[in-house]
Amino acid sequence: MKLTNLMTSAAVALGLATAALAEDPTKVGFVYVGPVGDGGWTYEHDQARKAVVEEFGDKVETVYVESVAEGPDAERVITQMALQGADLIFTTSFGYMDPTINVAAKFPDVKFEHATGYKNADNVSTYSARFYEGRAVQGTIAGHMTKSNVVGYIGSYPIPEVIRGINSAYIHAKKVNPDVEFKIVWAFTWFDPAKEADAAKVLIEQGADVILQHTDSTAPQAAAQAAGNVITFGQASDMAEYAPSPRVSSIIDNWAPYYIARTQAVMDGTWESKSTWDGIGAGMVGIGEITDAVPADVKEAALAIKASLADGSYHAFTGPLNKQDGSAWLAEGETADDGTLAGMNFYVEGIEGDIPQ
Amino acid sequence: MDLSAINPVLLIASLMVAATPLLFAAIGELVVEKSGVLNLGVEGMMIVGAVAGFATAVESGSPLLGFVAAAGAGAALSVLFAILTQYAQANQVASGLSLTLFGLGLSALMGQSYVGIKPPQMEKINIPGLSDLPVIGPILFGHDLMLYVAIAVIAAVWAVLKFSRIGLVLRAVGENHDAAHALGYKVVRIRILAILFGGACAGLGGAYISLIRVPQWTEGMTAGIGWIALALVVFASWKPWRVLLGAYLFGGVTVVQLNLQAAGVAIPVEYLAMSPYLITILVLVILSADKSSAPAALGRNFHAAR
Repeated sequence: MKLTNLMTSAAVALGLATAALAEDPTKVGFVYVGPVGDGGWTYEHDQARKAVVEEFGDKVETVYVESVAEGPDAERVITQMALQGADLIFTTSFGYMDPTINVAAKFPDVKFEHATGYKNADNVSTYSARFYEGRAVQGTIAGHMTKSNVVGYIGSYPIPEVIRGINSAYIHAKKVNPDVEFKIVWAFTWFDPAKEADAAKVLIEQGADVILQHTDSTAPQAAAQAAGNVITFGQASDMAEYAPSPRVSSIIDNWAPYYIARTQAVMDGTWESKSTWDGIGAGMVGIGEITDAVPADVKEAALAIKASLADGSYHAFTGPLNKQDGSAWLAEGETADDGTLAGMNFYVEGIEGDIPQ
Repeated sequence: MDLSAINPVLLIASLMVAATPLLFAAIGELVVEKSGVLNLGVEGMMIVGAVAGFATAVESGSPLLGFVAAAGAGAALSVLFAILTQYAQANQVASGLSLTLFGLGLSALMGQSYVGIKPPQMEKINIPGLSDLPVIGPILFGHDLMLYVAIAVIAAVWAVLKFSRIGLVLRAVGENHDAAHALGYKVVRIRILAILFGGACAGLGGAYISLIRVPQWTEGMTAGIGWIALALVVFASWKPWRVLLGAYLFGGVTVVQLNLQAAGVAIPVEYLAMSPYLITILVLVILSADKSSAPAALGRNFHAAR
């Protein structure tokens, strides 16, 4: 009798345990390239992580590691996350591409999502936003607003994503201001406030009165503010604390809907590998409020471009366009295909300087 | 390529600003190492100084008060290192490294509510007549107070180490702590004072980044300058004026390479980007070809009973 009791309670306990196991939350990991307080790129990814937590509550458990160096160190961090039982891992920087693919091969049951890359596998999806659409809006404003006709551009690394942005901004600045000239400085970092501030100061000293940045901190905004009469754009995040001037608009990355959808897919078991590349229309790229420092007619022109990009009636890379060396790229009315854009490694005609190889 | 776009006067003025954080951190570490202690926690003390100075400046509205707080915070953090290494006899390398890691984490925590806030501006000094001089004005007389403080600290450290009794005692402790002890000098006390000085200087350097050079607070904003300061002390063979030279060289080449990029000079960017490190090391290695060497007791713990 006693034995039966014991066995019953054991069975009940076991049942409880399995029930608890079934309630096991979906574990989602995030690997960040900068600190969550950078006010830019990583900040927005972390906002999206918080949105996932808010959406699913107890059903999801998120973990993140910040300031992970691109390269071998990333592989260690991602492996650690997979070993700790993550079901889904977002690796949020271009430089995590090969580490993500390597780790994914070792953990076929874990799903991976790599931002801004181009290598997929059965359990690796890629996702990115068409930031160049936002750059088209910025270029339009920059072309109108510059008085010195010199636009400074702080690049991070010479990868297709950054080069696309430079080209798109240049094309649209040139369209409204044929005399415009771009000065490009490569910082070779995503996040180094002191270096970014130096780069911005140098560009301003050399005559730039518009600064575009593809680095993650708000340091260039502060440098522009100190200089006065210089306008900037928020990068990745709104950077509204520098509005209405120097920051006159911004590109805002909105990852939350995508992160929620993919987490849901893992929960439902419907997750499959794919490549997502959304722009202004799908809401992945947001354009921050254009402030009153911009004249009304310029603001109108910028919003018109934004609207035509959003509804798909206009493509940011529409011919006629030549490459930097003068060779033809796109004929009249032709638009660039995604393959060329994804691997873009050339400047368009008119931009001076070489892309670091 | 358009070199005329580079304004040499502005360039020199901005390289002095770029070099100042490095100057503060390196001269502090120089004194610490002269006393025979190796503190690898410079980066951690800098970043804590950066956030403490920033927070104080924002709350009080006075950048100067911010710098005072930064020096205090840097020194406070270095007390931890002093206790660990001078009383608990912990390994200096490990303690220093953990100080850096601790400082980075602590600063991120302290700075959470200060992200995106603008600090009060530090006034540039303006000497009527002098600041308006062409060329010399912007280079020599157009900066903020702290930049001159940094140079004054270098001069003071040099004079004290070379000419004063205190300097002699400090060097004696760093060269041979047993002999200094036998002569009746308080080795541990002297070393703790040196560590505190190093912490205060590192804090000032950090606050210079967050209050003047950038100026804003972001996590991890010192981005390795503390480590460069450590290397600089070695390559400057523990000589104050060489620290100044090295820091200006490093800051200078950093600014020049950005200028060259913006001017469209056809040198591959990778070479330009690595040039500050290469040139600074090269010049200082050539300079240190003389007999000068590290303090003999550097990194060795002292205990009176041994």
